[in-house]
Amino acid sequence: MAVANISTHGTTEHDHHDDHAHSDNFITKYVFSTDHKMIGKQFLVTGIVWALIGGFLSILFRLQLGFPDMDMTFLKPILGGWIDESGALDTNFYLALVTMHGTIMVFFVLTAGLSGTFSNYLIPLQIGARDMASGFMNMLSYWFFFVAGVIMFISLFISTGPAGGGWVIYPPLSALEQAIPGSGLGMTLWLVAMVFFIASQLLGGINYITTVINLRTKGMSFSRLPLTIWSFFLTAVIGLLSFPVLFSAALLLVFDRSFGTSFYLSDIYIGGEALPNTGGSAVLFQHLFWFLGHPEVYIVLLPALGITSEVIATNSRKPIFGYKAMILSMLGITVLSFVVWAHHMFVSGMNPFLGSIFMFLTLIIAVPSAVKVFNYLTTLWRGNLVFTPAMLFSIGLVSFFISGGLTGIFLGNSAVDIQLHDTYFVVAHFHLVMGSASFFGLMAGVYHWFPKMFGRMMDAKLGYIHFWLTFVGVYMVFFPMHYIGIAGFPRRYYSWTNFNFADMYTDLNMFVSVAAIVTFGAQFIFLFNFFYSMYKGRRAPQNPWRSNTLEWTTPVEPGHGNWPGEIPTVYRWPYDYSKPGAKDDFIPQTVPLSSTPESNLPHEAEQVKLEREIMAEEGADVLVANESKES
Amino acid sequence: MYGFLIALGVLLLVSIIWMVYRIQTLVSVVKGSEKKIATGSNKVNAALFIVFLLAAGALMFWYSIKEFDNYNLPIASEHGVVTDQLFWVTMAITGVVFIITHILLFWFSYRYQYKEESKAAFFPDNNKLEVIWTAVPALVLTVLIVYGWKSWTEITAPAPENAHVVEVMGYQFAWEFRYPGKDNQLGNYDYRLINPSNSRGIDFTDKNALDDFPAQTVVIPKGEPVLFKIRSRDVLHSVFAPHMRLKMDAVPGMPTRFWFVPTKTTAEMRAELGDDEFVYEIACTEVCGGGHFSMRREIEVVEPAEYQKWLAEQKTFIEMDPALIADAPAEIKELAQIQSGE
Repeated sequence: MAVANISTHGTTEHDHHDDHAHSDNFITKYVFSTDHKMIGKQFLVTGIVWALIGGFLSILFRLQLGFPDMDMTFLKPILGGWIDESGALDTNFYLALVTMHGTIMVFFVLTAGLSGTFSNYLIPLQIGARDMASGFMNMLSYWFFFVAGVIMFISLFISTGPAGGGWVIYPPLSALEQAIPGSGLGMTLWLVAMVFFIASQLLGGINYITTVINLRTKGMSFSRLPLTIWSFFLTAVIGLLSFPVLFSAALLLVFDRSFGTSFYLSDIYIGGEALPNTGGSAVLFQHLFWFLGHPEVYIVLLPALGITSEVIATNSRKPIFGYKAMILSMLGITVLSFVVWAHHMFVSGMNPFLGSIFMFLTLIIAVPSAVKVFNYLTTLWRGNLVFTPAMLFSIGLVSFFISGGLTGIFLGNSAVDIQLHDTYFVVAHFHLVMGSASFFGLMAGVYHWFPKMFGRMMDAKLGYIHFWLTFVGVYMVFFPMHYIGIAGFPRRYYSWTNFNFADMYTDLNMFVSVAAIVTFGAQFIFLFNFFYSMYKGRRAPQNPWRSNTLEWTTPVEPGHGNWPGEIPTVYRWPYDYSKPGAKDDFIPQTVPLSSTPESNLPHEAEQVKLEREIMAEEGADVLVANESKES
Repeated sequence: MYGFLIALGVLLLVSIIWMVYRIQTLVSVVKGSEKKIATGSNKVNAALFIVFLLAAGALMFWYSIKEFDNYNLPIASEHGVVTDQLFWVTMAITGVVFIITHILLFWFSYRYQYKEESKAAFFPDNNKLEVIWTAVPALVLTVLIVYGWKSWTEITAPAPENAHVVEVMGYQFAWEFRYPGKDNQLGNYDYRLINPSNSRGIDFTDKNALDDFPAQTVVIPKGEPVLFKIRSRDVLHSVFAPHMRLKMDAVPGMPTRFWFVPTKTTAEMRAELGDDEFVYEIACTEVCGGGHFSMRREIEVVEPAEYQKWLAEQKTFIEMDPALIADAPAEIKELAQIQSGE
């Protein structure tokens, strides 16, 4: 107990120093911070910057697709030589734009920006820990990510352009400079950046897992963890198991590119010469890539689902329906996510029998996903819904998850996938279910935990406007793509006018592009709200959403160590909302069952006795903690 | 000048938005609405969900019906009928789920919006419900899996013996076709033999190659099985014939295949669509570089008799360029002479 007391005093002193800003200098507080809260915010702000870059790139190629005859000379100041004399976009650079948009959004925004932000920020606060298991590793995790970002950013400006072979970087295209200019230095930088990124993910993931397993506060059993923590935990497990495979895939690609090996290259005649490589397999790379690539979808999605579970339960004033079923379905998704990767490869030339197996496994994963949707719906049913911006974004997420999830049933069916593979149907599918759903999870998280992060409230009305413009906008962008996809329009096409079958829907593509620009523009409302509220927003109360979880028991602006006194003990699960008999419509996790006899359920009434015994044993400790609070 | 005006306009717009925002904030402070759990906005948001449901739903139905003939490409192969049927069965099932879940999602949002006097139901779990909605999707998916698995197995089964073979080779940025000639056997190839006069790397010391001939367009007979032997000579490509519902990657170093039975000649399709310009096309669907979007070739489906006639008219590689076998052994040259003499 002595240890806790020391840290208590330390923290109090610390807060005092903070007011005069001379214990922590700028560097240790804002730059090389080892405080999980600051690292979370660093991930968030970096993620937002990357989201803007990634979004901007998509606007550039949407201009090309929506207005193929447009004179783009006005973009010369930014794009320089990539716009030719006649004002047309370079076709190689078009592919580079698509590639970088995908890479940035998947890895830098939805992996680092989402899971990095909220795993770091929420895990210690919601499990009742003073910080991550290793603050130093946590700091390294951010800075590796930062270095990855710097390298990727530099690659945007080199003369041969950034990597251009698609975010999946399939060799031989990504291995041969002769095949596309982006496979030169741009691809090298891509690979180097991703190595740093993978290191960052592993450092973070080990930390998240260790922290969740070891640093839970007294009483915080796994069956009392908020679903957010479950989702971050499982996400970290998936990342830890799958990112190393991407690393090995990238490493072999580096060997093929630079050291003359033939892991992926075979029988190639290009640029007027026959290459010496034989015996490699291009399909091998696809297997390795998707062994990460598919779990990556769930790395991106699970945290969003966890955040949504928390936000929906809080704002429905209802316990999340089927807490155990939610955990089981996430566990199911985690396990299955490793055995469905080859559904990206039905027509890659792999053995069709393998296709049958993966079709079977892929469609099974729809079952836990369906369970999650039904549980969200039942949570809303007979709730008392408060539409905070976070709640709106969570409902939006459920809608996208349904829309995009259902189209997955088409694509997971290998026979149907023959026609739909690599068409805009796929683009629509994954942008809804993985892109937009995860993005909405990120937004829900920001709106919900902003008061905790910065001690101030974001403006709700601006949040509503942001939500409605984005929600309608996303559907206007991605829903029409289903029609374009069913019509057979292939992905990553600079223009479709070469083909009779695809020489239509110019109007629809124009509509999509306009919708994309409007949706992108709407994000500036969020940006304003975010940065303005950070300094000028209304002061937040301690528990603005009247939520049960532990982070709301910390001071409005928690200092180092999160709780000034003893770390609170947890006595119940996090979803005691609107419990019959209770005075308020929420009972925080820190309220002992013994103090709420009026609302205890029969099985809880039995636990009261046990709880009393434990409290009696620790009575002395509780006393000490109370004293220190007063001091 | 225009730039200045636009900048001024934007500035004006931003400052108006700013004013509205400030006024709105001050009003809400005066009203003390931040003390309330839910303000009037709660009702507005709830209502907007219903508006969105109705408007977006109507838009979806209207556009889906209006555009049906546009996005629904005509089918020209036997297996295409099967896969399209599976597509529409899946569409029916998922469509129903899509509509019901969205009605529930938005209706619940509206119906159970915050009311001060009401209290949410404490309903943490119900095993019966969980079992039902685990089992029902599992059953429905099983049906789809079995259906899909059967179709997939048939489509990817080995091609019939009598299938007409066409070699499709992708390169940056076009396709090249080769027919096996009378023996229906393609000659060997080796990428190291590729040179300007032998772009496919055909090994002309293999006697099967002697009657092989090239074509600019894929010509195939209606109603008879056709086997595409697919390869690539540089990076990945993917053969996509949208009307045939055919897609298969072309992989350097690993030949792939896809067989199908065309069901409508180009002429029949033209008549059916009332479009004299109609042609079957081949596109590339695996990103392969700057010219990815321009790898266009045509397929011409003809009546079997016409196909035989066309075959007889084609000139082999060697007839077109006798120099190709200049270095071949004498017996190969002799064989080539006999064949062309026939």
